Amino acid sequence: MSPILEINNLYKSYGFTEILKDVNVSIEQGDFLVLVGPSGCGKSTLLNCIAGLEPITSGDLHIDGRNMTNVSPKDRDIAMVFQSYALYPTMTVAKNITFGMKVRGVDQATQDEKLAYVAQQLQIEPLLKRKPGQLSGGQRQRVAMGRALVRDPKLFLFDEPLSNLDAKLRVEMRTELKALHQRLGASMVYVTHDQIEAMTLATKIVVMKGGVIQQMGTPAEIYNRPANLFVADFMGSPAMNLIPAKTRAKGGEVHIEITRPNAEPIILTDANNGDLPQDVIIGVRPEHIADANAQNGEMQAAECLIDIVEPAGADTYAVMQLGGKHVTARLSSETTATAGVAQKLTFDLGKVSYFSPETGLRLN
Amino acid sequence: MADFSVQTSNAQSQAGKRALRWGLYLMLGVFAIFYLMPLFVMVMTSLKSLDEIRTGDLISLPREVTFDAWRTAWSGACTGIQCEGMRPYFWNSVLIAIPGVLISTLLGAMNGYVISQWNFRGANIIFSLMLFGCFIPFQVVLLPMARVLGMMGIAGTIPGLIFVHVIYGLGFTTLFFRNYYVTIPSELTKAAKVDGAGFFRIFWSIFLPLSIPIIVVTVIWQFTQIWNDFLFGVSFSQAGTQPVTVALNNIVNSTTGVKEYNVDMAAAIIAALPTLFVYVVAGKYFVRGLTAGSVKG
Repeated sequence: MSPILEINNLYKSYGFTEILKDVNVSIEQGDFLVLVGPSGCGKSTLLNCIAGLEPITSGDLHIDGRNMTNVSPKDRDIAMVFQSYALYPTMTVAKNITFGMKVRGVDQATQDEKLAYVAQQLQIEPLLKRKPGQLSGGQRQRVAMGRALVRDPKLFLFDEPLSNLDAKLRVEMRTELKALHQRLGASMVYVTHDQIEAMTLATKIVVMKGGVIQQMGTPAEIYNRPANLFVADFMGSPAMNLIPAKTRAKGGEVHIEITRPNAEPIILTDANNGDLPQDVIIGVRPEHIADANAQNGEMQAAECLIDIVEPAGADTYAVMQLGGKHVTARLSSETTATAGVAQKLTFDLGKVSYFSPETGLRLN
Repeated sequence: MADFSVQTSNAQSQAGKRALRWGLYLMLGVFAIFYLMPLFVMVMTSLKSLDEIRTGDLISLPREVTFDAWRTAWSGACTGIQCEGMRPYFWNSVLIAIPGVLISTLLGAMNGYVISQWNFRGANIIFSLMLFGCFIPFQVVLLPMARVLGMMGIAGTIPGLIFVHVIYGLGFTTLFFRNYYVTIPSELTKAAKVDGAGFFRIFWSIFLPLSIPIIVVTVIWQFTQIWNDFLFGVSFSQAGTQPVTVALNNIVNSTTGVKEYNVDMAAAIIAALPTLFVYVVAGKYFVRGLTAGSVKG
């Protein structure tokens, strides 16, 4: 079976400015692909290229095996949900949802039947006679979703659909969207700048920066094995600690030396990564630094002076100075860590990443 | 002590505010009278007989109200050798203004839609050039326009006048609609494209229904311009196709001997009534529509 969406060597420029450079993406039927990156990274442009709303400068694009590179949006068998929802303001909710079918000349009975089905799925039956101006943000969001669902397309495209909702509603809609994806088994491409949204929704993530794909993989791959410093820093909250360190090989093991202000450097021993350059940046997720009492064979302990303690309910974040950087540890809420007092912490070296300070690329 | 002084200054500022308020009303009242006086004089004069005008006071109320002058102005007053009153010319103006307004508004809406929502190379240059058209004085285009109308074979006809007004109004109507449509997010067009709608479908089903306020503004503006126009009317018409403004001029200027002020005044009011009517009916939409672009809809 051919991939539902396949993009090969796609370039996109406006005049002399290259927006997208050599983009290659391929997803299977039922995948939930999330394009994530900071604003201006080209993720929305890529989505518009997939939709056919922006012409491609070079490269080609296939949807379900058909070459769609020069096909107009209406013939690509896609549906799209926009950030501003883009509901037609003068039409009722029902008319908004059926507009696409009306344009395509679908008969009235089928229209009514599909409208009823979608309205029931999204629980918007009481809203059908209202105009978009009379709806709340969350309701508009649902209607926009309904307009896409009713088409039953090969590919759903979402352009930051949750970013205009308030925080609580955003989490609710996120869960609902995930449930919808699982129920329908549909293929989706979703653009967001919110890395938590990306992690929770995706079956496959593409991290972009400056029009170039930085890494493509499952959420777990992206989170645990970031391909470079940018991905490591961008994905995860609080961000991965990126600490400059020096290494010394010693009989198949590596000693990693991290400097501290007004104290001896921390020396950690990594038995699994023998082949490292002298200068590295070591990437440690906050949850891989823990209180020393939670013992594990691969973990190594060190006394660290805690600067700030931030209780956050379920977890407590402790901030310290290591290698000239602020380093955050995610401790349990029962921790005894106190600001200004040294605390024995363990580092889980089995899960760290090493990056080259020169190229920023992953080393292990 | 401190409290006391605060109270007196409060009382003073209260009195000051009241004085200011009354001053404001007085000024507004004076201006209102100033602006309304000519209309008052016109209406009063049109209701008097010629004898009364000659003997009476300009601003006095008529001793005896008579509509003779109105009747004469409508259907009996002479323009040169014809004595048919304003009636035929009034209908000429209607026949020019209504198609002129409709065509220029529709084309302006289409232009604005294309320029604001369908980004194409040179869209801004084309818009700037159309905008420039708004600032070209009437007199400049008279001779070239006469040539063009001649070549098209519609010189001196009502379609010719409609054509002139549509061309001249296009700059303004395009400006109105373009400024209204740039406030509409481009995602709306994109959504419609994905839904399968084409260029005209999006225009008819989505943009025109959104445009009621700006359509009202454009219609008032164009109607006023076309109805009140004199220069194009006098330049590009011939006997039988003259608009009401030209007829008014001819009635007032071609009297022999006695100057019939009452007829002149009645004729002038007849010529002005339609624009007055449009303002009264749609005036509030006009103000609302002019500011519509600046607020989120």
